Amino acid sequence: MAYVSTALAALADPTRRAIFEQLGDGPRSVSALARGLPISRPAVSQHLKQLKEAGLVTDHADGTRRIYRIDPAGLGVLRQWLDRFWDDALAAFKAEADKEAEE
Amino acid sequence: MTQTITPAPIRKSVHVDISPARAFELFAAKTASWWLKSHSISATKSPIKDVIIEPRAGGRWFERGEDGSECDWGKVLAWEPPQAQGKGRLLLAWQINADFKYNPTLLTEVEVLFTPENGGTRVALEHRLIERMGERAAGMRDAFTRGWGSLLESYGKAAA
Repeated sequence: MAYVSTALAALADPTRRAIFEQLGDGPRSVSALARGLPISRPAVSQHLKQLKEAGLVTDHADGTRRIYRIDPAGLGVLRQWLDRFWDDALAAFKAEADKEAEE
Repeated sequence: MTQTITPAPIRKSVHVDISPARAFELFAAKTASWWLKSHSISATKSPIKDVIIEPRAGGRWFERGEDGSECDWGKVLAWEPPQAQGKGRLLLAWQINADFKYNPTLLTEVEVLFTPENGGTRVALEHRLIERMGERAAGMRDAFTRGWGSLLESYGKAAA
């Protein structure tokens, strides 16, 4: 569960979410990401570090640049979505069962 | 090397004040009466009219839109309605990938157990093998990364 909450905390920040969404279009270098955002390159690096620690992105060296991409194994967000999905579904199921029980 | 962390199964349970047999029927045979209409993966975006879980192992699990179009969710792996006041079990294959598309080669499991409890029923659900969505994604990275957009959108709405 620590893993999921780390991923969620990482995405709660709008800038990090914007970075994550950009990476959804394909791998990017830090400079390329910084060009599309109103923040400095070091600030982008800091956000990327947190996304990486949350298991949402991975990076590799390309010469002197670092290229970031979404980590397909980083299923924290997907799991969280499914968690909410089943919470909602079972709550609705229970509500309907309660109606039946009263009949 | 990329570090892979296996997501834990999702486990949920609720108590309902109806018998296991009725709880099973409501869950599996009258699904549309409680299924959230927003939980649709229909490509035609047609609102859900019905959610069907065919009553046999090997049966289909699908939604039917108001426009008549059908969209598969997966299939029935085990259909075991409770006998009298006994236990029941439903095992479904959830074959929706991270891009919210039906994928017959993906198989994650949703097991629902119906157990008598205090005159009613404990309904316990487990969604497992979620990590397979990641394994599949590794082979279709493009499709997967596109899916993150809609996923985030859902997340944003849910978190709002």
